[in-house]
Amino acid sequence: MRLNNYVGFFRITLTLVLAMCLRIAPWPPEIAIFNPDWVLLVLIYWSLVIPDRVGIFHAWIFGLLTDVLTGRLLGQYALAYSLIIYICLKLHKRLRQFPFLQQALFIFFCLLLSQLLLFFIKNLQHPAQLKASFWLPVFTGTLSWPLVYGLLGFVSLFRRIK
Amino acid sequence: MDGLRTTLSFFVDPLKYLVDLPTVLLGQISDSATTYRTLKSENESLREEQLVHQTKLLKFAALEKENIRLRALLENSFKLGEQVLVAELLSVNMAPYEHIVVVNKGTRFGVHSQQPVLDANGVVGQVFRALPFTSEIMLITDPNHAIPVQVNRNGLLTIAVGSGQLNRLVLPFLPSNADIRPGDLLITSGLGGTFPQGYPVAVVDEFTSQPNKAFATITATPKAMLDRNRELMIVWSKSIPVPLISKPVGNEAGSNNNEAK
Repeated sequence: MRLNNYVGFFRITLTLVLAMCLRIAPWPPEIAIFNPDWVLLVLIYWSLVIPDRVGIFHAWIFGLLTDVLTGRLLGQYALAYSLIIYICLKLHKRLRQFPFLQQALFIFFCLLLSQLLLFFIKNLQHPAQLKASFWLPVFTGTLSWPLVYGLLGFVSLFRRIK
Repeated sequence: MDGLRTTLSFFVDPLKYLVDLPTVLLGQISDSATTYRTLKSENESLREEQLVHQTKLLKFAALEKENIRLRALLENSFKLGEQVLVAELLSVNMAPYEHIVVVNKGTRFGVHSQQPVLDANGVVGQVFRALPFTSEIMLITDPNHAIPVQVNRNGLLTIAVGSGQLNRLVLPFLPSNADIRPGDLLITSGLGGTFPQGYPVAVVDEFTSQPNKAFATITATPKAMLDRNRELMIVWSKSIPVPLISKPVGNEAGSNNNEAK
């Protein structure tokens, strides 16, 4: 049981680290503007599947790490991620019953809210510099939700078998 | 806050190296796959290039001395002597819209923020944030970056602002009748204290003046290869000016002091 806990912790951390790598992957600039917020997607997935394990603390820590990783104002991702994961934890029982499309819609609003928060913070620093393509990751993130869901579903299934 | 960022960077910086790894490996594979003939021709051309550069440097040393003497005549102090550190770019994408790149040298090598960064052709940018193992460099084309420049032909001072495009700088603060034309070389003016004076920044490529506007629209192309170079140079400029009084006088003063003691 205890070993299983460690293995589970290791898996969760590994998926989050992979998400962070994808976050800073060197895509050419035309593709980079589509790069969705992988860390948030993975955090949402884990908070829906194992809400007793992955919570606001995880979200806050990995938010801070993402801030350092992408060189943002320290705490902006930490704030956005903790808020989104709080909402997910509150609604996870209902969300599990939802059909897939409705779930995807929920993810869309989560990503939109997070991007909106980042937008406000960015606007406080340097007003009116963001282009319309700032909102593109919200759409690509929603579209890549099935991918995240499928891949991480495989990982968590693997965990349960062991 | 900076301490927290530094601490967290110990966990996060290995990821940057990890993401950079495929690019490094690809480079090494393509390096080891080059033929003997290409290596030889490259070697020859590099040797020629080095010869040319060294000949230029010979002249440069003489010119530098002459310049110091002339400055001394004008009773003006002269800053010279810069130390450089070669840093390699990590192919990592921090955030779109911002021209911030990551290099593999950090505070462990003595890098600190606001240091100028150059490449073989011109000014690249400045160190934006230094972490222990990596540092973030803001390119001169970032929309939040401005660099004080000077037209090399006539010494006209102005400021070049980044445009957000990798091949373009904007000079928004020049009046319509300014003496500047396409092809002019812009060099750093040394004002502001961040960039040392005299390094090439950009070449003016367009000058349009509209009668209904107070300022002309001028764009310039950076000299540095901002999207192609993997090696950058981080510069320490010695801020101690060369003394105008020649050394023997100083020694005499010292010995006088000793005698007085």
